[in-house]
Amino acid sequence: MERRVVITGMGIWSCLGTTLNDVSNALYTGKSGIVFSRARKDAGFRSALCASVERPDLKPFVSRNLRQFMPEEAQYAYMATRAALEHARLDQDYIDHHEVGIIYGNDSVAESTMRSLDNFREYKDTSACGSGAIFQSMNSTVTMNLACLFRLKGINLTSSAACASGSQSVGLAYLLIRDGLQDCIVCGGAQEANLYGVAAFDGIQSFSTREDAPEKASRPFDADRDGLVPGGGAATLIVESYEHALKRGAPILAEIVSWGFSGNGDHISTPNVEGPVRSLELCLQHGGVTPQQIGYVNAHATSTRIGDAREAQAIARVFGDYRVPVTSTKSQTGHEMWMAGASELIYSILMMKNGFIAGNINFERPDENTACLYILPETREIGFDMFLSNSFGFGGTNSTLIVRNL
Amino acid sequence: MTRNDIIEKVNTLLSEEFEVDSALFTPDANVRDTLSLDSLSLVDLVALIQHTYKIKIPVTDLRNIHTFTDLYDYIESHLPNE
Repeated sequence: MERRVVITGMGIWSCLGTTLNDVSNALYTGKSGIVFSRARKDAGFRSALCASVERPDLKPFVSRNLRQFMPEEAQYAYMATRAALEHARLDQDYIDHHEVGIIYGNDSVAESTMRSLDNFREYKDTSACGSGAIFQSMNSTVTMNLACLFRLKGINLTSSAACASGSQSVGLAYLLIRDGLQDCIVCGGAQEANLYGVAAFDGIQSFSTREDAPEKASRPFDADRDGLVPGGGAATLIVESYEHALKRGAPILAEIVSWGFSGNGDHISTPNVEGPVRSLELCLQHGGVTPQQIGYVNAHATSTRIGDAREAQAIARVFGDYRVPVTSTKSQTGHEMWMAGASELIYSILMMKNGFIAGNINFERPDENTACLYILPETREIGFDMFLSNSFGFGGTNSTLIVRNL
Repeated sequence: MTRNDIIEKVNTLLSEEFEVDSALFTPDANVRDTLSLDSLSLVDLVALIQHTYKIKIPVTDLRNIHTFTDLYDYIESHLPNE
């Protein structure tokens, strides 16, 4: 028997804020988290634009020897997860006596890997890498750190699926809980925000160069978009079975209705329309949901010319004549990459809970490919009870989640 | 570099790196216990000394360093010629 799967807690560490209230206000007011980074320009970046993400201080919470194992994104993830567990009223005593798992999205650890290997090369001695290097340098660093710090004894798995990593983590957790294999899983996505993590990305000319107006640079679906802006941080959701949540008296925020996924089987960086269409259609089909039931689409759209165009075509093909409101919160946050699928669920749930849709800031006019969508350029107080969230990544990995209000 | 210079610098570095009050670094105190070093974080002590003094402490020598005095002695006796 398939079980219902609900979300009972959320925590976030993003350029829009580090509390749910601050993030909700930032979404409503159309705040941009994008800045010009002198350090990136001086380092040789083509585009010095990025999201401004505050670095957390873990000293009050985690001892020195354990912090040695934590790269930047694991620190973000720790803070987001602390907040999410508290939000879900899951304390350590409960976790110690029940099987709670973790599936978290992460797909690189560039800076700490680079620094440890720099030391190795300089001193020609592997000890120079330091005690934490091996644990910091693996993609699974977030799940290995959090599972030990919070003593999680259920599934322990990293989702590395490029910019769909966060979304895939929630989708996988949904399946395991729906099918009765787990009761409760910590899910999310984390993204390092340092310049080394995206230097190679800048090198392939994917980033906006609108450096004279950083807040205007991320403009998904707009005719004058010229590339994405890299962001980062972490977002955590506590996902559990409806019965489990009821039994422990947890606050139930929303229900995961279904997950759809697909692969393009095509170009490594250029998306197509057919792959995303299958992801959206499967998600609707799995959930028994009609397009007309969806009150809002949180698009993957990153502000790249081809990516946004292909996603617009995919959404339009699936939704047909129904003009579903669409925005991309990346207009405010930049592209949070491995974190994005999880953070955008949180952004959308905050909107759903507070009765508004955050405007797709900087959307001034569509081009011939994006005119097919009903894009809201400004925040509107529109209530909705079910939304669809897209996340697509390099290599043609697509993930779609449908979530409804409870 | 005098022995006092070594002691002062080593104590400052260890206090910062391992977040332990240097007042606890008495000559006869056990380095591993005082700094809460386990088999992993011991590597950071080796890396710190190597980075600061260009002295590599082999595992066989590390076994003989118990107290802070042992550590100061080791550094003093292995300093590269200036």
